[in-house]
Amino acid sequence: MLSIKNIHANVEGKEILKGINLEIKAGEVHAIMGPNGSGKSTLASVLAGREQYEVTAGEVSFLDKNLLELSPEDRAREGLFLAFQYPVEIPGVSTTNFIKAAVNEKRKYHGLEPLDSVSFLKIMKEKMKLVEIDQSLLSRSINEGFSGGEKKRNEIFQMAMLEPKLAILDETDSGLDIDALRIVANGINKLHSPERAVLVITHYQRLLDYIQPDYVHVLYNGRIVKSGTKELALELEEKGYDFITEGVDLNA
Amino acid sequence: MKENQDPLEQAVSNDYKYGFVTDIDTDTIAKGLNEDVIRLISHKKNEPEWMLEWRLKAYAYWLTMVEPEWANIKYPTIDYQDIIYYAAPKPKKQLNSLDEVDPELLSTFEKLGISLSEQKRLSGVAVDVVMDSVSIATSFKEQLAEIGVIFCSISEAIQLHPELVKKHLGSIVPMTDNYFAALNSAVFTDGSFCYIPKGVRCPMELSTYFRINTENAGQFERTLIVAEDESYVSYLEGCTAPMRDENQLHAAVVELIAMEKAEIKYSTVQNWYPGDKEGKGGIYNFVTKRGICKGDHSKISWTQVETGSAITWKYPSVILKGDYSIGEFYSVAFTNNHQQADTGTKMTHLGKNTRSRIVAKGISAGHSQNSYRGLVRASKQAINARNYSQCDSLLLGDKCGAHTFPYIEVKNKTAIVEHEATTSKIGEDQLFYCRQRGIDPEAAVALIVNGFAKEVMNQLPMEFAIEAQKLLTISMEGSVG
Repeated sequence: MLSIKNIHANVEGKEILKGINLEIKAGEVHAIMGPNGSGKSTLASVLAGREQYEVTAGEVSFLDKNLLELSPEDRAREGLFLAFQYPVEIPGVSTTNFIKAAVNEKRKYHGLEPLDSVSFLKIMKEKMKLVEIDQSLLSRSINEGFSGGEKKRNEIFQMAMLEPKLAILDETDSGLDIDALRIVANGINKLHSPERAVLVITHYQRLLDYIQPDYVHVLYNGRIVKSGTKELALELEEKGYDFITEGVDLNA
Repeated sequence: MKENQDPLEQAVSNDYKYGFVTDIDTDTIAKGLNEDVIRLISHKKNEPEWMLEWRLKAYAYWLTMVEPEWANIKYPTIDYQDIIYYAAPKPKKQLNSLDEVDPELLSTFEKLGISLSEQKRLSGVAVDVVMDSVSIATSFKEQLAEIGVIFCSISEAIQLHPELVKKHLGSIVPMTDNYFAALNSAVFTDGSFCYIPKGVRCPMELSTYFRINTENAGQFERTLIVAEDESYVSYLEGCTAPMRDENQLHAAVVELIAMEKAEIKYSTVQNWYPGDKEGKGGIYNFVTKRGICKGDHSKISWTQVETGSAITWKYPSVILKGDYSIGEFYSVAFTNNHQQADTGTKMTHLGKNTRSRIVAKGISAGHSQNSYRGLVRASKQAINARNYSQCDSLLLGDKCGAHTFPYIEVKNKTAIVEHEATTSKIGEDQLFYCRQRGIDPEAAVALIVNGFAKEVMNQLPMEFAIEAQKLLTISMEGSVG
């Protein structure tokens, strides 16, 4: 589904990603872990197509298309979803209207008629249950005055509405208390299916108590320095990142 | 993937849908302004002597005045001798009903989304249509007359209701008020007149649609609305003009009078031709709008959505004379390319326990300059006067400007005046967030801007809110790449 080959990327002239390779197949859950500043969020932004990030080398194919040639909106319409670490506020735009616009843009791209209000509301009601989100939240301006947990839940709700092929969760666990974490993780698990892949980006292993990854990768200084199964995450939790980062040649 | 450096910059292209010219036989007089021209206008309109005298007095006063220079706008000197002061589509014969209106005119207004034919009329909205210097048609006149509401062109009112016009015309905006008001008083050609009798709640929206058609013609309309005790009226004006390289002048005066417990809600969707991308052409829009809450517990509410005109100079104001009266001003001003807007309001608190509320939203794109200018004044007698002002500016791109000039004059200690102002830019973060959800940049900007303007849009009558929202979206087309 997603194939990343030797990606290098700069931000403001500084190289952050220094040759990333990663293969994700449909149905798989991958976790990328790593210390702060290792390039985790940069990877997410590069995949989503953020313009401040300049890809200097490498290839990414997504569902057999050259991802790097697609605009951010087309990547989204193809089925790539990024749950933001810091979702932005858009005053005066209700969450419902925002999601409706997004859903219909995607349908238009795939040659489908826009959803009428009744069908849209029906689908919304179903998905609301998944992430235990409240109707009143959805009629408020998107993310405005939302608590940290509400913002993250709203991200997962949007994901449920957009039904992406690949969901990238950028530090979705940060700033969540244990209840919110459980709800968010539950939502993600319910959406997970054999056709869908999930890429979880996280600093801590605690989210992985709830979401079982098939593979865990450690990102350090712009490269994946170690890959393994779920046990790797537990090992990291126990020993800290030092046990991996020690001995990695920074200048190589 | 590398795209254009500044996606916002491109959002500012122009798609003015109303720029066509109607090819119609027009009765125009020669360019220039002098006493004879004013006599000619008055004669063509078959006006009574008092009206002509009034005009001449205004003209004499105007000659002694100088054009104001304090506004934050720049434009070449206007040559007042190079303007046509009267232009009227020639009627083929005397009209007995709307259905006899020239088909060319009907199709013009169809194109503008205003249907004049009896069957297709917007239900619940009575329309007076003014083209260049004259009113072409007014719908629902008879139905309104049955409940005592007078809704007609000001020319007709001068003929049929001279006492009412004489009593109120110039009582709120005197001819000596300012340069453009004096000019308007001298040469005004048409506009609307509404009179709502005591205790009547006007059952439909009253609306006037202003269209400039003739080249080099100026439009000088005059609107007067009188709401007697315990009456209510909601009035809306819209305006468009053809695309031309030359600037055209529009100088209007609007006066509102609300008696005891009366309420007037006045909404404007202003979409005069704004000029092209390089700033060539467009309407110079110099307008004086003022209302008085004369009676106790009366209310006047101005709502404006300003997207057109090369230059906008306009401060719809309220004089809060009656005790417990309320004045409101809700405004969205969108400027693009080289447009300049200096707009705001004046709230003058004279009565006790008067309240005013100002919500002004300025959106600037391209190379445009957008200024809010507002005055809140509370006199010594205005015990417990309250004002709340909120001025927000949104910038699209980094070549435009937003300015706020709030003036506050409070002469008594019991008055409370609050002013809040914010300036923000459409952030890369907001745009990217929308795009990541599959919304293209142009739709994203429209979404963000409409969200920003929502509080004001909500004040518009339902039928027009959707139109206004579309208009805002169209005006922004091309603002993003």
